[in-house]
Amino acid sequence: MLEVRDLVAGYGLTRVLEGVSLDVTAGEIVAVLGSNGAGKTTLNMVLSGLVKPRDGEVRFAGERITGLSPAQVMARGLIQVPEGRKIFPNLNVRENLELGSYRRAKASRAQNLEKVFETFPRLRERVAQAAGTLSGGEQQMLAIGRGMMAEPRLLILDEPSLGLSPLLVEEMFTLIRRLHGEGLAIMLVEQNVAQSLDIADRAYVLEHGVFALAGPAAEVRENPELKRAYLGL
Amino acid sequence: MRSFPAEIVMEAVANGLLTGAVYGLVALGLTLVYGVLHIINFAHGALLTLAMYAAWVCWAAFGLDPYVAILPLVPLFFVLGYAVQRLVIGPASGGNDQNILLVTLGLSIVLENAMLAIFRSDTLSVQVDYAMEVIEAGPMLLSFPRVVGFGVAFVVAAVLFVLLRMTDTGRAIRAVAKERTGAALVGIDVGHVYAVTFGIGTACLAVAACLLLPSFYVNPRVGNAFVLVAFTIVVLGGMGSVPGALLGGLVIGVVESLSGLYLGDSLGQLGIFVIFILVLLFKPTGLFGARA
Repeated sequence: MLEVRDLVAGYGLTRVLEGVSLDVTAGEIVAVLGSNGAGKTTLNMVLSGLVKPRDGEVRFAGERITGLSPAQVMARGLIQVPEGRKIFPNLNVRENLELGSYRRAKASRAQNLEKVFETFPRLRERVAQAAGTLSGGEQQMLAIGRGMMAEPRLLILDEPSLGLSPLLVEEMFTLIRRLHGEGLAIMLVEQNVAQSLDIADRAYVLEHGVFALAGPAAEVRENPELKRAYLGL
Repeated sequence: MRSFPAEIVMEAVANGLLTGAVYGLVALGLTLVYGVLHIINFAHGALLTLAMYAAWVCWAAFGLDPYVAILPLVPLFFVLGYAVQRLVIGPASGGNDQNILLVTLGLSIVLENAMLAIFRSDTLSVQVDYAMEVIEAGPMLLSFPRVVGFGVAFVVAAVLFVLLRMTDTGRAIRAVAKERTGAALVGIDVGHVYAVTFGIGTACLAVAACLLLPSFYVNPRVGNAFVLVAFTIVVLGGMGSVPGALLGGLVIGVVESLSGLYLGDSLGQLGIFVIFILVLLFKPTGLFGARA
């Protein structure tokens, strides 16, 4: 479904991605792991069209999407829930969710809104509240709900557990498993190694702009290289 | 300080409110562009002057009443504003806010001098038979053009409020104002939203110009006087706040009118700048300003 080939990207003189290739096939959970500054978020930015790559190619559902605008990328069903949530703090919960279907799945807006409220009953309680006043966990639910409003074919989750309490992190991973159970392909970009490897089918470990490790999640977990890539030992 | 009979003071307050609504309309465009693009549009005054000349041309060349001229000028100035942002300010700034500041400043210089070349520095005005008409409201006499201006300014503010709250485009504008990356990720074309916002701000100026023309003259620098006041209103109401702009406009209108009454016409604007300084000192976020 998603094919990334030899992607090179950076900002100014800094090269962040030095040629990464990865695949996500339909119905899979793929974890992309890596410590701070490894290039995870830059990879997502390139996939969503917010940063133009210097070299390489991104294909989605068989179509080349390299160089398309963010709007064109998301119109094809590649939806990203960004790091730091990036919800609209001045809009209320309903408006945030409705804007999730600004460009895609607008016709089924009411129906999808109901679905999001079923998944996150807490959001229904807060429907008229300004999103900026929600707690961190609620904001993360809102960001995922906003992504679901667009009927994603592939959902990229960038650090969904960041800044959440251990209990909420547990809840978040349960939710990801559930979304996956409904047939959604998910690319999970995380620093939370153990829990990500528990739910992922396959994993990539990003280090200094290249994949240091790749393979089935169980194999990556047992690989001694994992510790080295993570801790720099 | 002199004391005046109550009717005179009331009339001054009423006239201040009426004028203030149109000031608020000018400030509305300024605050909207600031709220979304995070820039002070220095071309706002020149664009207001341009709109006043456009309304004057409509009257002088086609015999169009300034109030009727609102109908063609609003879409025309929306398109003009959209194009200026999309084709001039956006590309020239390269995404850098300081550059936008300079680009709008440059644009105002070009516009002002172009108008100076075309219309000369003479002041022009329209002659309409209702310019001097007054409406009796109890003991007060209210100028007819100002009453119209007040009504239309509120209609425009209401339309804008509905647009920003109820439509997807309006929500996209509010979304871009606070969270550009998030907006891009839900498929909002940020460049388009910037241009639409600029277009709406410019269209507000077209309305304000048509409302001002029956009672004000036009010359190539007239817009700046209004925009200086509008800037005070934006600061008073809270940078980027639409209701703040309108309420701030009313307050400033009354302050100007009362200080004109008590201090004499030539010192009327003194009160405005005293308010400006007081707001900056004691409530820099303004009446409706968001916390930083």
